Amino acid sequence: MTQSADAAPDAGAPLPQFPMRRTCPFSEPREYAAMRADNPVSRAALKVNGKPTWLVTRHEDVRQVLGDGRVSSNLKLPGYPHQFHIPEEMLAQIRPMLLSMDPPEHTAQRRMLIREFTARRVKEMRPRIQEIVDERVDAMLATGGPVDLVTALALPVPSLVICELLGVPYEDHAQFEEWSAAMMNHELSPAEYGAAVQALDAYLDKLVTLKEDEPGDDLISRFLEKNRSEQVADHVDVVTMARLMLVGGHETTANMIALGVLALLQHPEQLAELQEDPALLPGAIEELLRVFSISDSGTARVALEDIEVGDITIRAGEGILALNNAANHDESVFPDPATLDIHRKEARSHLAFGYGIHQCIGANLARVELEAVYGTLLRRIPGLRLAADPDELRFKDDAMVYGVYELPVTW
Amino acid sequence: MRVTTERDRCVGSGQCALLSPEVFDQDDHGLVVVLREEPADDLRAGVLQAADLCPSRSIRVDS
Ligand code: SF4
Repeated sequence: MTQSADAAPDAGAPLPQFPMRRTCPFSEPREYAAMRADNPVSRAALKVNGKPTWLVTRHEDVRQVLGDGRVSSNLKLPGYPHQFHIPEEMLAQIRPMLLSMDPPEHTAQRRMLIREFTARRVKEMRPRIQEIVDERVDAMLATGGPVDLVTALALPVPSLVICELLGVPYEDHAQFEEWSAAMMNHELSPAEYGAAVQALDAYLDKLVTLKEDEPGDDLISRFLEKNRSEQVADHVDVVTMARLMLVGGHETTANMIALGVLALLQHPEQLAELQEDPALLPGAIEELLRVFSISDSGTARVALEDIEVGDITIRAGEGILALNNAANHDESVFPDPATLDIHRKEARSHLAFGYGIHQCIGANLARVELEAVYGTLLRRIPGLRLAADPDELRFKDDAMVYGVYELPVTW
Repeated sequence: MRVTTERDRCVGSGQCALLSPEVFDQDDHGLVVVLREEPADDLRAGVLQAADLCPSRSIRVDS
């Protein structure tokens, strides 16, 4: 491991490395609990380049950092804790996207989009989402089983939903799902990562150009239309925004669907309760989101000024990772945090969608999708069961978004 | 109980409209609107939860 001198201020003791692996898919990496107890704001070295960063692990502190206007999401700032190795030249060329913007640019772009994701709009999408889920479940049942739930249901549902919303032809899904999975992989070389981004952007560039000439009834077209008067984005911004929505819209929800089904199959008493009383489902979904916290390292920041977090002063220019998986297992907020409890009343306080101005814009859409999928499976395939040894499942330890590669099920 | 919001901070996450639909809604721009500035006491729990979970801390509740 390479480690710069300033990575270890208390000389000698090497810093723990980040990311840390989960030993159990249902819980946080083991190191988090110890950090929360002894060193809730502590230093670590990024595995990818040995650079030091701050890890923030308590629920309260994570909320404070993510809600603080004195931290930046700008990934081009020198102290930004990157999870990938991105060569300087490539970094210089990266176009900022919503996630990596600060106000006022962020506010302007986000405001162009939030109307698409209001609680009401998302509710209106519910019937169509249900239809999509039913079609996929029909197809799944028609095979007679066993099937891989990831390819049969978990991936196609959110992929179809986001394609329809954005106006991206679903016929092309195999392609962009592959690019998008590549972009989430920590272990890819910079060249491979760059190639995936470029390929997806080239694809979306064509699509956006098409919609500039011939708008349809979709989010990209509506964005373009509104942008004519507001002028907050140029063509490349729209392409970048479309990439973020497309990737963010299916990869995360897909992983959450598969993991949630796995968790419920592993907790048959709670599964039976949900079958009895589907009204418990929304609460159960919050709890599943909390337990898995699948996008744990997506909340990277840089301090713009010196800020106090707990007993620590984080200096201007230093990198911060506000770990939502650690926050979501903070025993002071969620007693017995490793236990899945669909009745947990404080589950909604989880930070699985982040917090602050960058909180996931699609959170409520994701909730509706999860409800449709879990609800339909419980109702239509009550005999669903795992068709593999749980110990042999392969989890995405190497990815930005946690998940399971395959989930063989039968009924 | 009195509810006020700072609309220029709102990021349109819709948590409030979801948690306490009797008191909060989102306008056509996705920004928070308060439907009842002085909601009845039985709505208190929902309002407090919305204020707590609002990611941009745009909601203020004065008792
Ligand atoms: S929860 Fe907060 S940020 Fe979200 S819509 Fe309501 S006021 Fe706005």
